Amino acid sequence: MVSYSKFQMWWLLALRLLIGWHFLYEGLVKVLNPKWTSLGYLMDSQGWFASLFQSMAGNPGTLAVVNFLNEWGLILIGLSLLLGCLTRLGSIGGILLLGLYYFSHPPFIGSEDLFMLPREGSYLWIDRNLIEMVALAVLYVFPTSHVFGLDKYVSYVLKRKPSKSL
Amino acid sequence: MSEENKNQQEQPLSSGRRDAIKTLVSVPVLGAMAYGVYKKTQYDRSRRNLGDLFKLDPVTPPSAREVAPDGKPIRLGIIGYGIRGKQLLRAAGFAEPSVIDTWKEAARLNSKDTRYKDYVEQESLNLSVTGVCDIFDTYAEAAILSGSNTNREGSGGPFGTPPKRYRYYKDLLAADDIDAVIIAAPDHWHGTMAMDAARAGKHVYLEKPMSWTVPETYMIRDVIKQSGVTFQFGHQGRQTDSYLRARQIIEKNILGPVSLIEVCTNRNDPNGAWVYPIHETANPSTIDWKQFEGNEERIREYLDYMQAHGLARYVGPEPREQFDLKRFFRWRCWWDYSTGLSGDLLTHEYDAVNQILGVGIPYSATSSGGVYFFKDGRTVPDVLQTSFEFPDRDLTMLYSATLASQRSRGKVFMGHDASMELSSSLIVQVDPRSTRYASQIEQGIIKPDTPLITYVPGQENVDAVSSATELYFAQRGLLYAYVNGKRYDTTYLHIREWVECIRNGGTPSCDIDAAFEEAITAHMGTRAYLEGRTMYWDKDKEEIVRG
Repeated sequence: MVSYSKFQMWWLLALRLLIGWHFLYEGLVKVLNPKWTSLGYLMDSQGWFASLFQSMAGNPGTLAVVNFLNEWGLILIGLSLLLGCLTRLGSIGGILLLGLYYFSHPPFIGSEDLFMLPREGSYLWIDRNLIEMVALAVLYVFPTSHVFGLDKYVSYVLKRKPSKSL
Repeated sequence: MSEENKNQQEQPLSSGRRDAIKTLVSVPVLGAMAYGVYKKTQYDRSRRNLGDLFKLDPVTPPSAREVAPDGKPIRLGIIGYGIRGKQLLRAAGFAEPSVIDTWKEAARLNSKDTRYKDYVEQESLNLSVTGVCDIFDTYAEAAILSGSNTNREGSGGPFGTPPKRYRYYKDLLAADDIDAVIIAAPDHWHGTMAMDAARAGKHVYLEKPMSWTVPETYMIRDVIKQSGVTFQFGHQGRQTDSYLRARQIIEKNILGPVSLIEVCTNRNDPNGAWVYPIHETANPSTIDWKQFEGNEERIREYLDYMQAHGLARYVGPEPREQFDLKRFFRWRCWWDYSTGLSGDLLTHEYDAVNQILGVGIPYSATSSGGVYFFKDGRTVPDVLQTSFEFPDRDLTMLYSATLASQRSRGKVFMGHDASMELSSSLIVQVDPRSTRYASQIEQGIIKPDTPLITYVPGQENVDAVSSATELYFAQRGLLYAYVNGKRYDTTYLHIREWVECIRNGGTPSCDIDAAFEEAITAHMGTRAYLEGRTMYWDKDKEEIVRG
């Protein structure tokens, strides 16, 4: 396992906790609001995959599934990063979710004129979703949870398990 | 990895207290979030209490009753198959095949264009079209084709039995195989045809306005009431759920005393100014001009009024018997057939206000305006302002119309405590100087400059405190199309309510009394314009009197 200087460790940990906080709170807000739905966001999709996202919104059944997966996905990813539990799995999940957001609202030239929802900020090709995705990739490659997090025990338990059955 | 394992194994767990603390280092962060979420929920709850203050109940349009699939079939006749006649027959389930072609093609090119799908999914009203009447051959033939389009198909068919064409509307009304008629002839024929239909025992769906002359207005009311037929008047706004919602907001007195209502017409194209295209097949041999001229008794009432009040300059100018394609297709531009902005467009606005507030006939009407943009020989003004007074309600309703600008102005209800604007959405905003909400404004619970209630049509559960997102979508009419419930055409719902009342009894929401109030109000506005003075309504004598 990579070993870090004290500073490297602290800044990586800070990054993990901040992203974890962001995910967890985004998830909690949605779960706590019974009226929350991704309908508007999906309908506002632009770019290559717009029709795919819009068809998700078009069917009440799929919409309910998408809403559920998004809400609880955000919460679980947030918890995973905050607690340092199965952090690599959490990072991959986060990258996938952010990838979906990025492709449903791609910051391409001209697309900002097409979005109906007001966007926070100005972007050209690179937006916050993409930056957070890369940050999660960094966390995947430079984990901290084996020291600051439950993964220390989780990996211990996971590794012990097969030996038990043998 | 192997090094790490070694480390872990070498470390006795009991001596790893420091490490154990390290593993749980983020738990305080969770605590901080829990505290933050708790505080946030408390804050939101204070906002939600505000929502409870303005809690709205679900509304259902009058036509919301389920359509019985095995309901008795009703045989329909249609009189007048011009622009509105086509729309009405289409809403009843009999679209022109060419329109279906267009919709199918549009859906093929753009998957978001759901007009065809929406149309096909509309529940069938179990109607058949057995008779059509139009005095222009081309329109009559189109009506026959649409009436036979029982499968809602495009030009390829297959089609059902074609309805019979009648050249005279009275022959259609005399037919035994017709139970009910839709009347969509020009304004000067509305009242006469409605009375004749009711006398013939046919149920009537009458397009607005109810009448062309004042004297006939009283007669129509009497005849319809005596006949006992099911009468629906063509203000489909009665089915608009934001209007029903607006009525609830008024009933709950959320706006406080409403002193001023502003309603408008804003159009800016020749079509909107009634300059309709002239059909290439139209000529004296394909149009029955004699029938177009109108009913003799009505024409006499019209001329009597015009002559008695020195308004001869508004009659004609061409002789009534002279064949004229412009007058045939663009009849709304001449008082000889038209009821002007008052009858054509104010009536929709007035009926919405009457539905929401139950204002009834105004105490007075004052108008001004003129032919300011479309100087094409018309006698009917293209700019008109009418102010209606309702002193018993301490209320003025201002109607303001132009046919040469389409700057959007919604219906605005101005109350002392809040104002309500109805356009594609419904928005209530608290007045900064409100007495009722003064303490909440002071405490910062209510922000006067932000919408307090935003109602998005089609949304079932309305929370008073809506998000900016919802507002955004509402204003662009996007959510309306995609909510779980289906999207309906209000004209379809209005016809459906009429049909259901024919089958099961009951009075449609836009009944003869509402129609009478609409017609008198429009006539007051028109007379005020023509005579250049204020018109009053004598409630006891039921008469329009001069100021």
